[in-house]
Amino acid sequence: MTLSRRRTAALAVAAVILGGVSGCGGSGGGQDKQGDGGGQGPSTFSVALTEPDHLTPGNTSSSYSIKVLDTVFDTPVYIDADGKPQMRAAESVTSTDQKVWTIKIKPGQKFSNGEPVTAESFADAWNATAYGPNGWTNNYYFENIEGYDALNPESGTPSTDKMSGLNVVDPNTLKVALTGPFSQFPITLAYIAFAPMPKAAFKDLKAYDQAPIGNGPFMLDGAWQHNQKIAVKKSPEYAGDRKAQSDGVEFKIYASRDTAYTDLRADKVDLLTTIPPASSSEAKKLFGDRFVAMAGGTMDYLGFPMFDKRFANADLHKAISMAIDRQAIVDAVYNGAFKPMASLVAPLVPGYREDACGETCTYDPAKAKQLFDQAGGFSGTLNLYFSNADPSYEQWMTAVANQLKQNLGIQDIKFRKIPASDYLTTLREHKEDGPYRQNWVMDYPSPQNYLEFMWGNNNKMGWENKEFNDLIKQANEAPSVEASLPLYQKAEDLALAEMPLIPLWNWQDQSGHSTRIDNVQITPYSDNLDTITVKQK
Amino acid sequence: MRYAVQRLIQAVPVFVVTTFLIYTMVFALPGDPILALAGDKPVPEQVLDVLRERYHLNDPLLVQYGYYMLGVFRGDLGETFTGQPVSELLQDRWAVTAQLAVTAWIFELVVGIGLGVLAGLRRGGAADTAVLAGTTFVIAVPVFVVGYTAQILFGLNLGLFPTAGTDEGWPVSYLLPGMVLGSFGLAYVARLTRTSLVENLRADYVRTATAKGLGRRRIVGLHALRNSLIPVVTYLGIDFGNLMAGAVVTEGIFNLPGIGQQVFQSIQLQEGPVVVGVVTLLVMIFIVANLVVDLLYGVLDPRIRRA
Repeated sequence: MTLSRRRTAALAVAAVILGGVSGCGGSGGGQDKQGDGGGQGPSTFSVALTEPDHLTPGNTSSSYSIKVLDTVFDTPVYIDADGKPQMRAAESVTSTDQKVWTIKIKPGQKFSNGEPVTAESFADAWNATAYGPNGWTNNYYFENIEGYDALNPESGTPSTDKMSGLNVVDPNTLKVALTGPFSQFPITLAYIAFAPMPKAAFKDLKAYDQAPIGNGPFMLDGAWQHNQKIAVKKSPEYAGDRKAQSDGVEFKIYASRDTAYTDLRADKVDLLTTIPPASSSEAKKLFGDRFVAMAGGTMDYLGFPMFDKRFANADLHKAISMAIDRQAIVDAVYNGAFKPMASLVAPLVPGYREDACGETCTYDPAKAKQLFDQAGGFSGTLNLYFSNADPSYEQWMTAVANQLKQNLGIQDIKFRKIPASDYLTTLREHKEDGPYRQNWVMDYPSPQNYLEFMWGNNNKMGWENKEFNDLIKQANEAPSVEASLPLYQKAEDLALAEMPLIPLWNWQDQSGHSTRIDNVQITPYSDNLDTITVKQK
Repeated sequence: MRYAVQRLIQAVPVFVVTTFLIYTMVFALPGDPILALAGDKPVPEQVLDVLRERYHLNDPLLVQYGYYMLGVFRGDLGETFTGQPVSELLQDRWAVTAQLAVTAWIFELVVGIGLGVLAGLRRGGAADTAVLAGTTFVIAVPVFVVGYTAQILFGLNLGLFPTAGTDEGWPVSYLLPGMVLGSFGLAYVARLTRTSLVENLRADYVRTATAKGLGRRRIVGLHALRNSLIPVVTYLGIDFGNLMAGAVVTEGIFNLPGIGQQVFQSIQLQEGPVVVGVVTLLVMIFIVANLVVDLLYGVLDPRIRRA
């Protein structure tokens, strides 16, 4: 660590100003510093991160946690750059009836503590996640495995902590019995909730959450320093396909992504995968080839409370959809980085159709007004709901309001900006009485992940359509992913015909990196930090 | 001495009332913190129940508060929704905020009083005008504008300071954020010192001292300045508490994981124990700072010294 001359000057000035003080805490001073520039130092790089919530794979769905866990764990399956499921910790995932699945685990794999990775490691982790009293976030993802109900009784403590549908046949074979056929099962295995856990984890789950032991290319290097950093280093036990090309990664935790972006510009952090949309054109100029933008799996929607009679008419939904100029909003609010959508699923999802929605997602004020009048117009106050989590929500809602005023003549529009912590409660309890912002972050690339979770039973809109639910069920039970896609598309058509939730736009993930690192191969499914190499000077 | 002890005993009821009030306020926030944790993802009712039970969220306010106070007396300040003990969290975070506040405070004190004296001694001169204009400007511009501008200009473009984070430790990492945080107070200190000094320089005792033939340095340094500093000390004392509490914006801009950031996040997450823990400690700091100010009066002005 050498100080530049200018910084030394600044220090001298500071020393004069602060002359009198000494010994004030000083805890920050002793932090280890990376010896870059010497050529001998370890080849590590830093990645900007937001503080994760948990680091137990079964107990987090936060994208920040997953960024870290993706380096520490190998899930049975992963999604390649083309969106296709490929084997990772598993050798094969097969089924004859889509209901009972046989997962062969690759032999010879080890956790970073030396423990072998076996079928039991997976069964243990999945049971723990599905066990109601643990209260883990990803509990729901095991709902379709036989015996899930016994771990989550309506009341009282469960009589067992093992799902009857999980059967360890031998150390390398796990049989999974589902409650019904589900062709998408292998794709779901790419989700972090399906990662294995070693026996050592269960001795102290609390400690494990702070310092997880995984089967991936990296392992934790020291404790998780909350709100400051999480360091991982190359795991010596790793024998899988994605050997780390660097010695380690330091996740630097930022409270604000604007600050993280400033640090990237100042060369203080090597990789930032969440460049704010507002900075996209500037970042493109500054970073050139080192700026990468790609369509992600995240979608924004506008939902209607169909339990409210005033919003029951499908023509009203369509009128509103056609009165919104998505491109203009995206250009104004998101610098043109996000893409207007005419489909319920994101473009990277198999079975995506660019124009699934057709005319009703195209901006056409005249047709919109005609449909609006046909639906009987709208009387009273139109309340628009969104949360205060990000200022851009209010910006685009304001644009939507202006367009509805202009194109449909709805004059009385009010904004309902709800605190982020209260927003989901409001939607869940059906307390909203107007169109609301809905967002979905993809878990795995399957139309099922969008359609069933958002339009299925107990959806937030209060939309009920038996035919839709039947189609989803049929698609889930289809003999293969290929066979399932047309059925999901049919279901999507139904949801688009009534439009309880109108698609708005697809998010763009924007990343930038420093000149210190190479081989950055970020895909919408993974940051692939294992491939990154550090240039030695 | 007895006076100091008395003042500290008065702090006990303040402590109890504050914790209860804060707890009530967090409790009164709308929404279900557990549901909010899951985001848009589905969470089965059973899991929600388990978590609500774990954090006593199903109980009425008084019972929840009771659990909290019981814990406090056992030395357990509770834990965050992510399972981190509040005591550990406070330890980490206070160190950061304390370093930031002290940096800002010293900046305020040294530069503020310096500028004030400079302006006060040359009333109406160029230095005075410059200080007045400069401080007006600083007070008028919101702190986040000063913060981002300073970060981009001195951190990113000129490279004089680190842009963000605590990597380089104290004082290097804290200099720029400290100056940003202290700039507002500095303006007040400079103006207070100036006005007070100008007034005192016209006072009878200064005239007497001048007539006696005392040197100007002695008059200003020992007599006028000492008297002039009484309002300044009051302000600096209270402002030390303000600096600790008011660091939210600065800590956010410069990514310093301090107390301000934590309170902001915890209020959003409705983590009662964290908010109560932090705010109560803030109240304690205010109490101690006020006490120190009162005791300092005595040093500066023997007339107010108590027996």
